[in-house]
Amino acid sequence: MTEPVNKMPIDAKVMPALTSLLYQLADDDFILAYRGSEWLGLAPHIEEDVAFSSISQDTMGHAAMFYQLLEDLGEGKVDSLAHARKAAERRNAVLLEAVNGPGHYLSAAQYDWAFAVARNYFYIQSKKIRLDSLKNSSYQPLAELALKVNMELYYHLLHWKTWFIQLMQAGGEARTRMEAAVGKVLADFEGVITLGPLAKDMADHGLIEPEEVLKQRWLLIMKPVFESINLAVSEADLAMKNGNGRIGEHTADLDAALATLSEVYNINPAASW
Amino acid sequence: MSEALFFQEMTEEQKYEQFMKRINAGEKIEADDWMPEDYRMTLIKLISMHGISEIMGALPEKEWVPKAPSLKRKLGIMAKVQDEMGHGQLLLRVAEDLMKPLGKTREDIMQDLFSGKLKFHNVFHMEAPTWGDAGLIGWLVDGAAIITQTNMLNASYGPYARALKRICAEEVFHAQHGEAIIMALAEGTEEQKVMVQEAVNRWWEALLMFFGPGDASTTGTSKQDTTIKYRIRTKTNEDLRQDFFTKYIPRVLSLGLKLPDETMHFDQDQELWVYRQPDWNKFKDIIKNNGPKSQERLGLRRKAYETNKWVHEALNTAN
Repeated sequence: MTEPVNKMPIDAKVMPALTSLLYQLADDDFILAYRGSEWLGLAPHIEEDVAFSSISQDTMGHAAMFYQLLEDLGEGKVDSLAHARKAAERRNAVLLEAVNGPGHYLSAAQYDWAFAVARNYFYIQSKKIRLDSLKNSSYQPLAELALKVNMELYYHLLHWKTWFIQLMQAGGEARTRMEAAVGKVLADFEGVITLGPLAKDMADHGLIEPEEVLKQRWLLIMKPVFESINLAVSEADLAMKNGNGRIGEHTADLDAALATLSEVYNINPAASW
Repeated sequence: MSEALFFQEMTEEQKYEQFMKRINAGEKIEADDWMPEDYRMTLIKLISMHGISEIMGALPEKEWVPKAPSLKRKLGIMAKVQDEMGHGQLLLRVAEDLMKPLGKTREDIMQDLFSGKLKFHNVFHMEAPTWGDAGLIGWLVDGAAIITQTNMLNASYGPYARALKRICAEEVFHAQHGEAIIMALAEGTEEQKVMVQEAVNRWWEALLMFFGPGDASTTGTSKQDTTIKYRIRTKTNEDLRQDFFTKYIPRVLSLGLKLPDETMHFDQDQELWVYRQPDWNKFKDIIKNNGPKSQERLGLRRKAYETNKWVHEALNTAN
């Protein structure tokens, strides 16, 4: 067998776009998996708790794999990348850092299942499109990883799509809550779609397809779903209301999340845990 | 056909005799088989308590899932707590089948939990204030659970015995996951060593209580005689506690940890561990939902139940 491709020297010109893309992929999955882990024990029923925590675990695993690619490129150790970077250094979409709902994960949590369903469904669909494109990435280790991750995404997507359609079709309070959640998710969904200031370089180097192509693909795939449940959604609804995470703009929700998820790590970052 | 008719013509007493003969011969009882009311009620109580304890048991660990100190530990504890929820689900399905003839469902189990009628295990009422506690729960609480559950692997009730086989296999991984966390701490910095010793001190009494009182004289009631008679379990609470000591005391000591009971020793003549009894009045109080974290954790579950009510209603409409 040949040496792993990621050990090969990478053209210095490609590096900024490549690392930028990897930070987005890793940080998106990491923070959403964290939000998922806060739901543990609080999902609508026990079966869902088992399924949701399995998905969050997969997503955290994907984050770990993306951080590993960054470590291989000399960006630092995976645990330091995941735990020690400040909010301004994070490149995740703002939508994914938003709290699950009022309250704290240990007391008085009043988490919003409608928001969980809409956020996860829309995100996973966009992640699926992104990873399908990455299967042809010019950066071989990323292309290989995309192939592996993709298999799990099929089930994640099926899971959230089932919830989304069922709750949308239930009418009454569920419909009202779901529509409100969709509005909230779309208001920051442009922040998920965007690949940031280096998007053009990423496409030019063949790392991933152009942002606009991926966006249109998402709209195209979602269209029949929205139509089937009589929901009017247009391209103009996609916005970046709470900031562009791809350039390090974030909300207080992320600061609080980082403080929690790195609480033990920060006792002694050099120690072995 | 004739055999079925014959069975219907039997008196309750004859049915009971035949039932006892079956279980004493090592046969398994299945969900649809005839069983004495006492047996059914004992199983419902035991299995629904076991199931709901798995679910409530996710809550003290839940605290540490988002906080786990590395990606590897985050993935490990996520998988571990997911397994516990899975065990809860599996066991509640077994309990639900037993409750069906009584016209009861999972909804009743949840309501009984909220009202305090259905108890959950004493250990899950306790505080878990540090990462050391997260490790200790995996190592010693799951270790204790393996010992009590292994004792029921040959339970006369088939569905429970089969569920336990799967659960025990997974619990072994949990105990290894916990042990790995504890070993890293015990071999780590001074601060980490203190963390793990404090966790041992904090959990010691709860671990002794885990196996239940030695006999009914301690707390007024004990189901162990009934469960032994019906071949659901074989060993007594005290036997299990002694097994736990034999397995874990040497391991605790080998990590350089101190036992929080200076009277503890192995008596060669009696071949028994001699130890200081926990406060059994405190035990009774804890399982009545008066433990340090009982109300907070029940409150968290209750709140989630209320907050998600619209989801249940929507699903009922759809079905």
